[in-house]
Amino acid sequence: MGLFDYAPAPESRSVVDLKPSYGLFVDGEFVDGSAGAFKSVNPATEEVLAEVAMADAADVDRAVAVARRAYDEVWSRMPGNERAKYIFRIARIIQERARELAVLESLDNGKPIRESRDVDIPLAAAHFFYYAGWADKLGHANLGPDPRPLGVAGQVIPWNFPLLMLAWKVAPALACGNTVVLKPAETTPLTALLFAEICQQADLPPGVVNILTGAGATGAAVVGHPGVDKVAFTGSTEVGRMIAKQVAGTSKKVTLELGGKAANLVFEDAPLEQAIEGIVDGIFFNQGHVCCAGSRLLVQESVAEEVVDRLRERMKTLRVGDPLDKNTDIGAINSAEQLAKIRTLTEAGEAEGATRWSPPCELPERGFFFAPTIFTGVSQAHRIAHEEIFGPVLSVLTFRTPAEAVEKANNTAYGLSAGVWTDKGSRILWLAKQMRAGVVWANTFNRFDPTSPFGGYKESGYGREGGRHGLEAYLDV
Amino acid sequence: MIGKTCHFTGKSGTTTVVGVTAQLALDDAGLRRLLHGLPPVDQVGADARAARLGTRSIKTTAKAEALDLAVRMVDLTTLEGADTPGKVRALCAKGAHPEPDQPECPSVAAICVYGDMVATAKAALAGTGIKVASVATAFPSGRAPLAVKLADTAAAVEAGADEIDMVIDRGAFLSGRYGAVAEEIAAVKQACRTGGHDAHLKVILETGELATYDNVKRASWLAMLSGADFIKTSTGKVSPAATLPVTLLMLESVRDFRAQTGRQVGVKPAGGIRTAKDAIKYLVTVNETAGPDWLSPDWFRFGASSLLNDLLLQRRKLATGVYSGPDYVTVD
Repeated sequence: MGLFDYAPAPESRSVVDLKPSYGLFVDGEFVDGSAGAFKSVNPATEEVLAEVAMADAADVDRAVAVARRAYDEVWSRMPGNERAKYIFRIARIIQERARELAVLESLDNGKPIRESRDVDIPLAAAHFFYYAGWADKLGHANLGPDPRPLGVAGQVIPWNFPLLMLAWKVAPALACGNTVVLKPAETTPLTALLFAEICQQADLPPGVVNILTGAGATGAAVVGHPGVDKVAFTGSTEVGRMIAKQVAGTSKKVTLELGGKAANLVFEDAPLEQAIEGIVDGIFFNQGHVCCAGSRLLVQESVAEEVVDRLRERMKTLRVGDPLDKNTDIGAINSAEQLAKIRTLTEAGEAEGATRWSPPCELPERGFFFAPTIFTGVSQAHRIAHEEIFGPVLSVLTFRTPAEAVEKANNTAYGLSAGVWTDKGSRILWLAKQMRAGVVWANTFNRFDPTSPFGGYKESGYGREGGRHGLEAYLDV
Repeated sequence: MIGKTCHFTGKSGTTTVVGVTAQLALDDAGLRRLLHGLPPVDQVGADARAARLGTRSIKTTAKAEALDLAVRMVDLTTLEGADTPGKVRALCAKGAHPEPDQPECPSVAAICVYGDMVATAKAALAGTGIKVASVATAFPSGRAPLAVKLADTAAAVEAGADEIDMVIDRGAFLSGRYGAVAEEIAAVKQACRTGGHDAHLKVILETGELATYDNVKRASWLAMLSGADFIKTSTGKVSPAATLPVTLLMLESVRDFRAQTGRQVGVKPAGGIRTAKDAIKYLVTVNETAGPDWLSPDWFRFGASSLLNDLLLQRRKLATGVYSGPDYVTVD
């Protein structure tokens, strides 16, 4: 490209000590699974990283039983300040081993090392720190004088932020005195297994955290197990529906954090330069594998052309490629399956008459990659305007009046997040009230903090994670 | 550009309309409407963008290129009351041959001095192609009558200065007297042409005193509209001097200004950039904001004194694998 080509700056893989195979983590130790093994693949190279045990119903039985024992005999009886010590210790070990976790996350997931290093891992540690602080203050959380834990939590997490989603689930569960049986996603189990080692390193009592790797059937067995008191799931709306049906009529408490098709609203008085960054962060962060991604750009007609021109210029500087290169902005799509889904939906977008554009960029020959893409001339009726693509694909729509902006933004089956870009404070407050979305970002996008609750409206699920609100999901109130 | 009216080239759709998309009287109110009509800046977002650009990892061949480019962009500066002709000559010698035993090491872009040292620097740099830049207009405070500022400028130009680094009247800018600032810049630009010369005009905004990013952006546009060839962050005498977010805003401004008017303006961060690592962050920001067209000493400069030594040390480290330390470069 120009005068100043950035030479490759790969992060070293040597900090990660990958074993050829991994077992299940039950009762504080690694054990063999009873249903064979599956492979976890590096999506950037398609090389096999490790073999991982597949848990079946018998393994789930055992894990739930030890989690129950740990709950009854140790964890629920332990004073909050003692529990906090373990959780603080876990947070500190995550920080100490941050580089190792970041490299492993990028290897297994395909996300750029810049993001795993600067976002995923620091935020995961922050969640443990934050909830460790709550462990001895639950009586002051406005949830009653002495709220009690629920019991055994069965947790199923997605592949887009493997360790961070683990932290969102495990940290509040442990702080509130529950024990955990967690199933990481089939394509990204490795950082959860490293987290299991961290639990050992932190001397966490055996059985408090159990990690069962596997696929959909394993997850269904965890969710459906009669010994599980609480189900927490993050993933697709489709699977969320199955889970809701599965637990209906039981005493299980459920939180679901599902899909999204967030609107990012750019008004003509917006700080345009920062709005462009927000649009880029909103949709190209983590290859667009973000349930709250700003996948619909709604821009006021008067500045639409300028915004799209500037966005195109900005997209030309995005660097797609090796996730371990420190200068990579967009890494690999997590799996061949996801890549196929993105292709299908973008082809539908073209077929329905929207205009597709990507900057010139060379994609690596091997691995699963998809160039950052925007569609202009999109109407509400197009599939790409209402179906979740879960990839680096942005649909651009326009609006004329604030009322039209609200109407279009809310015209979706989802309601996880929204973004508003305007210099006018009163408009931000007005819009935040109008938006039927769990999170509304003003002049920023995809910002996360452990103190802030997160969750959806409508088909984006129910329950809140994070902040004081996140405690409620793990307490009997 | 500046007179009673300001003629604009505007973009309407994809066709460029030359001429009179906007004709604004250049009084304070007219300028205010124009400058306050620029898209606002969100400070948190601008800071975050600059920090993100600062995480680029420039290694091996890219680093070698960047270090040499940075050396070529240095305005090697001495602006002390205690400056002597001897010190200026030493600085000129260093600027011309930063590594005397390595002919492939490039020389700096310019030597930047006070007006009374221009003749000394000019003589010392004869035949090197290195420019002499002189600060003028009652640098660094800018607090003097206009006539004095113009005389200061004219004297430096007469003495041979190729470039004039002027300071804007921050008092006038901050109190909204934009017309006064604009007229002064235009007058100094005129003074740069004293005696048939045509010195380049760098306009120092002193962003450390402008308080907000919106002001930085407005001052950038005001200076460009008034005829600046370069916009420069700081005198180096006020803290904070150059910062990456402020430079980012100025780079966005020159990019947008060129897109709108067709005229390219350069950017010079000055003050506080002391390490090669920082300099590389600025180059990354230039590359990814204004674009490669600005990656040349004609369009981007570092106003610095100690930066050059660190660039040289890092050059050697890259070539030999060994860090030699501050005793192996000359103190000015």
